[in-house]
Amino acid sequence: MTRSAREVLEQEFLQVRAKTLEIAAFFDRLHAAEVSDIDHSQLDLLEQGCRILSDDKHDKAARVQLLFSRAYEADWREKFSL
Amino acid sequence: MYYVDPHIHMVSRTTDDYETLAKMGCVAMSEPAFWAGYDRGSVDGFRDYFRQLTETEPKRAAQFGIQHFTWLCINAKEAEDVQLSREVIAMIPEFLDCPNVLGIGEIGLNKNTKNEATVFLEHLELAVRTNQQILIHTPHLEDKFQGTRMILDMLVGDSRIDPSRVLVDHVEEHTIDLVLERGFWAGMTLYPISKCTPQRAADMIEKYGPERLMANSAGDWGPSKPTAIPDLILELRRRGHSEAAIGEVVYDNPVKFFSQSRRFDFIRPEQRNVRDQIELS
Repeated sequence: MTRSAREVLEQEFLQVRAKTLEIAAFFDRLHAAEVSDIDHSQLDLLEQGCRILSDDKHDKAARVQLLFSRAYEADWREKFSL
Repeated sequence: MYYVDPHIHMVSRTTDDYETLAKMGCVAMSEPAFWAGYDRGSVDGFRDYFRQLTETEPKRAAQFGIQHFTWLCINAKEAEDVQLSREVIAMIPEFLDCPNVLGIGEIGLNKNTKNEATVFLEHLELAVRTNQQILIHTPHLEDKFQGTRMILDMLVGDSRIDPSRVLVDHVEEHTIDLVLERGFWAGMTLYPISKCTPQRAADMIEKYGPERLMANSAGDWGPSKPTAIPDLILELRRRGHSEAAIGEVVYDNPVKFFSQSRRFDFIRPEQRNVRDQIELS
């Protein structure tokens, strides 16, 4: 890393503020919209992703990526007979 | 700053893009064969495409002093048709001696199916038999982690494959360490929406270091930005990285990786006479 934590925060605060607002506004739009069938698994993933952002653990980007990923099965070659 | 874009699909871009890239410092690029946005109907469709990659694009690039290199294959999306894939794989050797062909690519997986894996393995066989370097596409979005693991299983499972001659592209935060720790080269694709932003790519460079790491625009016919590498250069400068450190990722590393191919006849910009190159095109 070439920057201190203070520099990272100062330089990126406005950008991240804007992205946080985008997410907040998305949830507002969702709740304001006419009630209809939705894919609750998708909504669950987004809510879980938001919880990763505010927990006290590191590697948040990789953990969000894995949250949105299909699981790897080590025996896939046997299943495919390859 | 001079740079090399190791993954860009110029058949989908305008001549103006070549000019813009040259003005921004791009001195060479490599173009893997990919999906055209529709499934081609015959092996002759691919033969025509390979002529475009080996004859037309090098000339278009040379008009602006850019060296154009390419990789050949049937892409993962069309690989679902195993019969057509086998016909294309059998035809590829017709082009392997063309002066700008670096190897086999971009092969990989799309939806991680049995047919895709079958065709991937047959491409590997061709690469080994003809001693070609390999450029690999990893799947999109929710399929990326699973597909990258499957691809690495197949590569590591073949002892004939030298990881230092394989570039695994489109890595992100959850796949980059899997690729690097197994000795492969890794490519980060800078896209406006999916894949990587310049900021996240800079984060990964800071976390993993520059060794065996590259960045590319993968500019194509979809939402993409052919000038994405200069965006990354600017981001790294803003963060205080030295010109030498930036150059390692965007210039030295692609040149080092491609130099393992006997067809990489790269002329360093300081040794070029662009006027001669343009007149020859």
